[in-house]
Amino acid sequence: MPVDMRTYLGHVELVNPITTAAGCAASGAELAQFFDLGRIGALTTRSITMAPRAGRPTPRMAETPSGMLNAVGLQGPGVDAFLERELPWLAQRSVRTVVSIGGGTVAEYTALARRLTDAPGVTAVEVNLSCPNIEDRGRVFARDGAASAEVIASVRSVMRYDVPVLAKLSPDVPDIVSVARACVDGGADALSMINNPLGMSIDTETMRPALAAVTGGLSGPAVRPLAVRCVWQVHAALPSVPIIGMGGVLTGRDAFELILAGACVVAVGTALFHDPYACMRILRELEELLAARGFNRLADAVGLAHRPPGASTRHRTDLEESSL
Amino acid sequence: MRKTPVTPVQVTGTVLTTRRVDAYHALTVVAPGIAERFRPGHFVAVAVGGARTSSLTRRVFFVHDVKPDYGGTVEFVFTVRGPGTEWLAERRARDTLDLVGPLGRPFPLPRDPVGCVLAGGEHGSAALFPLADALQRRGCRVDFVLGAASADRVFGALRARRMGETTTLTTEDGSVGMRGKVTDVLPGVIADVRADAVYACGPMAMLRGVTAVAVEFDIPVQVAVEERMACGIGVCMTCVLPVIGDDGVTRMVRSCVEGPVFRGERVRFDDVGTIPFDALGAPGGGSRHAG
Repeated sequence: MPVDMRTYLGHVELVNPITTAAGCAASGAELAQFFDLGRIGALTTRSITMAPRAGRPTPRMAETPSGMLNAVGLQGPGVDAFLERELPWLAQRSVRTVVSIGGGTVAEYTALARRLTDAPGVTAVEVNLSCPNIEDRGRVFARDGAASAEVIASVRSVMRYDVPVLAKLSPDVPDIVSVARACVDGGADALSMINNPLGMSIDTETMRPALAAVTGGLSGPAVRPLAVRCVWQVHAALPSVPIIGMGGVLTGRDAFELILAGACVVAVGTALFHDPYACMRILRELEELLAARGFNRLADAVGLAHRPPGASTRHRTDLEESSL
Repeated sequence: MRKTPVTPVQVTGTVLTTRRVDAYHALTVVAPGIAERFRPGHFVAVAVGGARTSSLTRRVFFVHDVKPDYGGTVEFVFTVRGPGTEWLAERRARDTLDLVGPLGRPFPLPRDPVGCVLAGGEHGSAALFPLADALQRRGCRVDFVLGAASADRVFGALRARRMGETTTLTTEDGSVGMRGKVTDVLPGVIADVRADAVYACGPMAMLRGVTAVAVEFDIPVQVAVEERMACGIGVCMTCVLPVIGDDGVTRMVRSCVEGPVFRGERVRFDDVGTIPFDALGAPGGGSRHAG
């Protein structure tokens, strides 16, 4: 019997739990050459900004063991071009689209949300909180629960009621649970984690930093344990909040690990650079794995690793208080 | 949104032959889907390290040759630069390789039979041979200028001598051909053969020089850049360089999708590795926000 792979982001149903991670699918058209984008749960766009952005100078990428550093700097066409070309292209093909937004002030995030609120084809909005806050000496929003909550609350207030607002969290914080809780209190319908932790690499030939921007975001399997830990902690503290888990997912097994930790959706990022078919392969592997473990529904596996030792796999303590 | 003219495919191909060519390695891989779609200027993105690799970024190489054997083979040339290419150099016949291709925008070909000078630096010359083939089939005259640091790094001198009307070699140490750089002899060659167009592939500094020469002669120049990439398919956004568009606006464009072949005079070689202040979306250009 095929496994029921449907999952929910808030009240929005996705046909399966695999999405692309923000910034790893360009405009979507590039990956559409390899597989039908309508077959994955959703496509997450790069972080859209108000104005076009040229991004960071090159070199922007350095390979590291089981991962890579990137400092692209949110290169993108700006919201006008996005709404004029990229979003309609995706909407025409009925691709469920999670639009990631990035800004430097609360007002900018809000303005972006306002532009998206009437645009057809927006399945959800993911707020990239790992942007420097111009009004707070460039401190990244995601490092501060109050600043994150302010952005989320503001975006939530202007976004259509039926479009879920997702908060994308950074692992570079002392307590991810408190930031997660602040975002949920601010109105986040779901949480995405993790964004790239900051890393750095030095070229020992030139004896200079390998990236032009000096530091960059670390991605790939190297960060997966960090992602599993963050998803685990947040799911334990906020079991009713949907989590989009991401961080170094290369295989169905990796996706399953994040699902067991508490993610109900899994995003694929760096794997796409290595294997353009990664999303479809991971989805297939995940489905086979669930079937092999005797699951009829993906939903039964979400957060299952949290059950007490010795408890049956069909028994979840965190569901006791629900209407089920 | 520009449509890629050819749909790339991912192929797990069997290595047919491996050979050393002076300082370089060449691998021929059975990859029918790539060979049949190939046009000169296309490149392939190769996964390195095997199935459970810890190297996640692909290595990109221009296709040197395609042959119809075994349904279609592609050959690419590379030099060992790090652990990834070292692993590639250790491949033997019958090993398998994961390739994605053909990628990029190929060289545009002239409509009329004109005279073309093909300038190659280091193993960038590899991309020029299928181009020379295509040009000659259109009745174009082809002349080669190939250069490198030393004799063992000049790629394809023999084949160039066979194919080209003339072939000029340069080495910086004078070990073969003229002592100097490609750009030192290029003006003479262009003038002698009354070339109508220049094609070039090689290191960025050489492409910059070749473009300057072609602009001096007021003839079109097409350059194929060898930028570092992670994916080759347009999603990683790491292989960008500043290029002036038809509308006169400089954009940071991806060399994998919008390139790797550009009109030379459109590439802002002086600004490669930076974000020019007047590029679309440059910092300070009204978008001083976000990280």
